[in-house]
Amino acid sequence: MNWRRFFRRVQADAEQQLELESYIEITTEEYIAQGMGTDEARRAARLRLGNLTQIREEVFEMNTATFLEGTLRELRHTARMLRRNPAFSMTAIVTLALGIGATTAIFSVVNGVLIKPLSYPESDALLTVGLSAVFGTVPTRNFPLAPGIFGVDATNSQAFKEFGLWRNGQAAIIGSGSPEQVDTLLVTQSLLSTLGIQPALGRWFSREDDQPGTTETVILSEAYWERRFGGDPKVIGRMLTIDFKAREVIGVMPDRFTSPGSRVDLILPLRLNLAQSAGDFNYRGIARLKPGVTLTQANNDVGRMLQIWKRNENRASLEAMRLGPAARPLKEDVVGDVGGVLWVLLGGIGILLVIACANVANLLLVRAEGRGQELAVRTALGAGRGHIARALMLESLTLSLMGGTIGIALAYGGRRILLALGPPNLPRLNEIAIDIPVLAFAVAMSVLSGLLFGLVPIARLAGPKFALRLPEFVRGGGRGASAGKSQHRSQNALVVVQVALALVLLVSSGLMIRTFQNLTMVKPGFTDPATIQTVRISISPVQVAEPERLTRVQGEILQRLAGIPGVTSAAFVNLLPMDVLGGGGTTAAPTAVEGKDYGPTGTPARRVKFISPGLLHTLGTPLLAGRDVAWAELYDQRNVALVSETFARQEWGSLGGAIGKRIRVGPIGPWQEVIGVVADVYDDGVDKKAPDSVYWPAREHPWFTVPFVPRSVAFVLRSDRTGTEGLLSDIRQAVSTVNSDLAVFQVRSLREVYGASMARTSFSLVMLAIAGAMALLLGIVGIYGVLAYAAVQRRREVGIRLALGAQPGAVKGMFVYRGVILSSIGIALGGTVAAGSTRFMSSLLFGVTPVDAATFAAAVGVLVLAALAASYIPARRAAAIDPVETLREQ
Amino acid sequence: MPRRESPLQSEMVQGTLDMLILRTLVLGPAHGQTIAHVIERGSEDVLQVEHGSLYPALHRLQNRGWVASFWGTSESNRKAKYYRLTADGRKQLAAQKSRWDQLVRAIGRIMSPAAEESK
Repeated sequence: MNWRRFFRRVQADAEQQLELESYIEITTEEYIAQGMGTDEARRAARLRLGNLTQIREEVFEMNTATFLEGTLRELRHTARMLRRNPAFSMTAIVTLALGIGATTAIFSVVNGVLIKPLSYPESDALLTVGLSAVFGTVPTRNFPLAPGIFGVDATNSQAFKEFGLWRNGQAAIIGSGSPEQVDTLLVTQSLLSTLGIQPALGRWFSREDDQPGTTETVILSEAYWERRFGGDPKVIGRMLTIDFKAREVIGVMPDRFTSPGSRVDLILPLRLNLAQSAGDFNYRGIARLKPGVTLTQANNDVGRMLQIWKRNENRASLEAMRLGPAARPLKEDVVGDVGGVLWVLLGGIGILLVIACANVANLLLVRAEGRGQELAVRTALGAGRGHIARALMLESLTLSLMGGTIGIALAYGGRRILLALGPPNLPRLNEIAIDIPVLAFAVAMSVLSGLLFGLVPIARLAGPKFALRLPEFVRGGGRGASAGKSQHRSQNALVVVQVALALVLLVSSGLMIRTFQNLTMVKPGFTDPATIQTVRISISPVQVAEPERLTRVQGEILQRLAGIPGVTSAAFVNLLPMDVLGGGGTTAAPTAVEGKDYGPTGTPARRVKFISPGLLHTLGTPLLAGRDVAWAELYDQRNVALVSETFARQEWGSLGGAIGKRIRVGPIGPWQEVIGVVADVYDDGVDKKAPDSVYWPAREHPWFTVPFVPRSVAFVLRSDRTGTEGLLSDIRQAVSTVNSDLAVFQVRSLREVYGASMARTSFSLVMLAIAGAMALLLGIVGIYGVLAYAAVQRRREVGIRLALGAQPGAVKGMFVYRGVILSSIGIALGGTVAAGSTRFMSSLLFGVTPVDAATFAAAVGVLVLAALAASYIPARRAAAIDPVETLREQ
Repeated sequence: MPRRESPLQSEMVQGTLDMLILRTLVLGPAHGQTIAHVIERGSEDVLQVEHGSLYPALHRLQNRGWVASFWGTSESNRKAKYYRLTADGRKQLAAQKSRWDQLVRAIGRIMSPAAEESK
């Protein structure tokens, strides 16, 4: 249609009328000429033309947006209908709002974390570059780079346009007030142009800044700038003492710059010295692909450069590591493996939304039946099937959009709750928002739900069979016995769907409960983590240079800490159990057993920890054989070590057999005597295998791949005062008596570390349990609603039955039977669906298969009980009908 | 709504009426009544034009720009709306005619294959 015609449509209609009148005149004349009487001819002419008004309407519609106009009219009508029946409208809207709100909230997380591109320009071209390597028999695809492979900027690369290296670090800031330990990001100058982000303030590092011999510079992260300097723009040019070195503040980087990594306070130039650190596998690479280069080509290019470098280096240890290229999209690296959890949750909540839709559809059906008479009258007055369908659809869409609007508001709140409940290490947290795509999703969900549950009453009331039932509706408001039949069929189908989907969600949450149980049953290798206070203290070479003295200072701090009232024991270790999950990293080293030839696979790498005496006792890690290390052995640099249970069994077959045997790191250096065997600690989380570990005394080890001494260690204190301010201030006090320049940081209880390792599971558990409970509730409401409605509808029939002598028990049985049949079909269907779909969540499960019989049985049991209860109440009410009263009513 | 049935109308191929109207107007401008007459007479009364559809059809053709209208005086000296073929309409007619011929030939081939072969 065309707008000019639209505005001229009234005039056009007048013209049309004239034309039709002229037609009748002409035809009439013709008929008169054929010998008819005047009146007769006129009537015949009119008859020939048919319904004048209808022709005019048809032409009029060609000129108008009648659909639009009719829709507006229907909208007003809909609003009236919804207002007149507030209980129904509220129930439907709230149900939908909850469903759509929950789905939208989860989707906002999925969108922010998984779907949205990273917040860098053309982020699809960004890769994280690492290496694949094999340690013993364990392959990894996440091995860091050595700067030598690329030079520093990979200018000789064919695949990469730009390339930067980075690694995380820590530094102490000493100045006004108490010393502060901060997280740092050490970068090459080229990293900025690779990522393509501009500083929020000041400038980025210049080439000179990244080379030795110039003024030391530092860039602040936006968060740190706000926290420490209150966002003062005059910070540029100020000097900051970082690790005893004065550095000039040259810029502030926006937070999104570091969003891929963990929390960062300061950005420092790496100042790589290729001569020294070419072979130092300690860096991560970020590269920007040249246009048109594929990931495979990029990996080939990395492989090529790796070969060249290895040839030049010519080191046997490099061959044993079997290095290979492992570049992958930066986004994959940032997002990690959180995708599985999020998609499963979105699926679960999506199912909940479908159940909610089924509930609303049921409500609509019941109500539409009551409106049969109204619709019948409208049909009789000339409303087409399309009109009725439109009216019904509009009502559904109005409901769903209203539900959706409230749902969006709920999603705003829900997102907060989600983030509070969510795993603390959820990546890209700051990118989760209710933005345009999320809003579009919410609207799409609303419309989709509206269509979904709107089609059900349309099929019933605007379908071809409706016309046949018209008389019945006009007569008696659709209360006849036959009216119920197909109505029942649609309602039954809806209930079956609800029960089936509820079962799927119940099974899913059941599996998560089993997983959680299994996880908590694993002995993590420490006891009662809630009473273990941990704090980290780093001592830089500027503060204490000599390794021997460092060990003594650490020992002294420990003594002070152990003396704090309420502390029953204390010790320290370089990395806490499960610290890796909080981003703490791990240390591994190739560790050989005396007299063993490892052949071509090379010496296997083992998890390495540096411990003080008493650590095992303080953590509650059982010593299975031998003895703990002693202070004298630390100070005297005695060659002793402890190994884990798995290590001992692997190498010597028994725990006792390990004692007195000797091990060492790498191919050179003195052999070290195994003096004890320690119970396994689930260092990678209780859902992973406990790694085979070696516990070295926390002193200098000159024979490690590089001379090593643990300078940053976590002190662990067993105390009932864990987590209190009082204990923390006592700790600070104790530390400052040893050295007032030392910062106390990463203050937490071991319970937090342990909890973080299960955060993903408990998050999924809580979410799926909520979804499961809601599904169960909606399912019950569904069964109850249908039976209660049937009870009302069949009141007369039941009344007659009772009057003729039917036992109330039999009547009750009749209704309960229907509920049981419906839920049985639903359970059978849901069981099949669940058996097929739970494998999608297998990555979230631990110690339980996706088709765990016990879980299925329990879920079915819960559902059957709920269904029985939901059927019994309306059944009892039906049986309690007073036949006389019911019959009189009619 | 009640449907007015006529022997062939209900089976008339969709869009055929449009083509017939255009064909009629080749002979010169005409008003609705004449158009209906010409179609009915020309088909020896086999095709009955449903007048209720004629006017909407004319309106549709006009909206598409295939016919144009003007008010004129009928044979009996009455005011009547006349329709004439536009250049676009003429093109449209040619296109529709060739499609129609194709269709007829195709159907003919299926309905009486022998006749087709014997030619």
